[in-house]
Amino acid sequence: MSLAAVVTVMVATVLIGAFGIRFSRTTSDFYVASRTVSPLWNASAIGGEYLSAASFLGVAGLILSFGADMLWLPVGWTGGYLVLLVLVSAPLRRSGAYTLPDFAEARLESMSVRRTASVLVVLIGWLYLMPQFQSAGLVLRTITGAPVWAGGLLVAVVVAVNVLSGGMRSITFVQAFQYWLKLTALALPLVFLLLAWKSDGAPAVSAADAATWQVPLAGGKEYGLYSTYSLILATFLGTMGLPHVLVRFYTNPDGQAARRTTLVVLSLLGAFYLLPSVYGWLGRMYAPDLVRTDAVVLTLPGRMVGGTLGDLLTALVTAGAFAAFLSTSSGLTVSVAGVIAQDLLKGGVRSFRIATLMAVSVPLALALWARALPVADVVGLAFAVAASSFCPLLVLGIWWRRLSSTGALAGLFVGGGLACAAVLVTIVGGPYEGLADALLAQPAAWTVPIAFTVMVAVSFLTPHRVPAGVARTMVRLHTPENLALDRGDWRPRSS
Amino acid sequence: MSPEPRPARRVPSGRGDVPRRVTVTSPRTAAARRPRYPATREIDEQTHLGEVYMRSLLRTQFRLALFVCTVLACVVGGLPLLFLAIPELREADLLGIPVPWAVLAGLIYPAFVVGAWLYVRQAERNERHFADLVERP
Repeated sequence: MSLAAVVTVMVATVLIGAFGIRFSRTTSDFYVASRTVSPLWNASAIGGEYLSAASFLGVAGLILSFGADMLWLPVGWTGGYLVLLVLVSAPLRRSGAYTLPDFAEARLESMSVRRTASVLVVLIGWLYLMPQFQSAGLVLRTITGAPVWAGGLLVAVVVAVNVLSGGMRSITFVQAFQYWLKLTALALPLVFLLLAWKSDGAPAVSAADAATWQVPLAGGKEYGLYSTYSLILATFLGTMGLPHVLVRFYTNPDGQAARRTTLVVLSLLGAFYLLPSVYGWLGRMYAPDLVRTDAVVLTLPGRMVGGTLGDLLTALVTAGAFAAFLSTSSGLTVSVAGVIAQDLLKGGVRSFRIATLMAVSVPLALALWARALPVADVVGLAFAVAASSFCPLLVLGIWWRRLSSTGALAGLFVGGGLACAAVLVTIVGGPYEGLADALLAQPAAWTVPIAFTVMVAVSFLTPHRVPAGVARTMVRLHTPENLALDRGDWRPRSS
Repeated sequence: MSPEPRPARRVPSGRGDVPRRVTVTSPRTAAARRPRYPATREIDEQTHLGEVYMRSLLRTQFRLALFVCTVLACVVGGLPLLFLAIPELREADLLGIPVPWAVLAGLIYPAFVVGAWLYVRQAERNERHFADLVERP
């Protein structure tokens, strides 16, 4: 039955995507769906795209393993949108850029900053895609016993077909559909799980767990306070630097709509993230024996409800999990492919197609060979890289006139480079001992301040490299669209 | 309208019977109020006045953003310290749910939404003020 659910989600995704085909005519359609998507659609799409395997499966699993300290993960993933809203959303939309490299070019008038941003977008995208494919393999093995590579390959193929056939317009509809599917797939089984828990006499966690697992900073983990703060910093500041999130803001008609969309996104995410922690808490009582705790969401309905109803609920949850893989992977693929097509290839629809294949195949290969870490941990590393590279670029670029192109370049290199190095060392080697492990597994607390410091300091040292058109760019970024002002004639290259 | 004559400045005179003739002037209110250019043009031409307008907009919006971020940082950064400083809080219950769970897995989400709503309202208000300022005839 779970297999049937997976097939249904795949077919539905492709069918809904097919509706987009007749709309997508020009290159501009492919990239941003002509900016005619309404705020609720847009917000649902952002939610659908953002709630990845890490949110759907990983959070509950990590809470089951590590307890209350992991509650910060969904808090940070939601709160990141509040930071994004106040610092970035409206100016970014008003910049008129389609992608992060576009923004870098528009603001700093430098091709080298643009290329560095492109490389970082591709790296972050791949780092985020890899665990999606890995978890898809894990889920498919859980329900059918198929080899691990099969699930990843299946998701990769569906995503590639979908992106190739419809571009972003179709993706917007698919993503919006995916959010509501994911919410239902997690909320409905939870109702039955809680009823089963109630009829079981509403047990509490064991006395040992109540003393340590349920309590934050209980000292079970070394350097718990450092890890908690580093996690908070990475998630709150990293959200704004995720390429697949930002590309969504360009589909708003203007800056005000971008703000309102973000507000709706916050509500949608808040509603969703109430659920995984309850799964984690129930899992601690009913499934403490799991080896790969990422599977806890899939396991609970069978164990607690059982029978045909249990099978049905398992099928629903599995469908939701596949919706999570498909939507996040599609969004990431669109943005990574867009950047590859514009900055590495010639641009245009044909390059976009070649780039899509590149965007999918590299992380698929990585997923098959790399060491399998918990999915939420790898995604957390992607957030750390985004927080130490694009967060300073966006915040300083939008609010500080004296940012110079050399300063931006230096900050991207140092911050992004250090975070990437920490990620690489963690994924390839590791786990390490004591303080080194904490510093490498949660690098944001030291890489983010370094990135900001380098960007500001180098900008002060190179005042002659402050872009000439900065005053005009500031008018463009900050003034409401209804004012008749000269906003310069910069256009993104992909239009 | 009162029929009284316009009050002219009377110079106290020693003789009293012959009023002194004075020139009546009016401040050129209309001319003084209207700037030479509309403010949008000052901004377009990047004059000093245009810069002042832009800086005021940026400063208002940045202060608002900074305020929200500071409140957020105090709440989010303060919670782990609070749990660390007051161990009783970590194990206390709120309606049968441990306090850290009630806060981190529940109450904090509606708080985010309310904060975001207030921010959007104020940011749009700031932009309206700016528009009124530069579009004033």
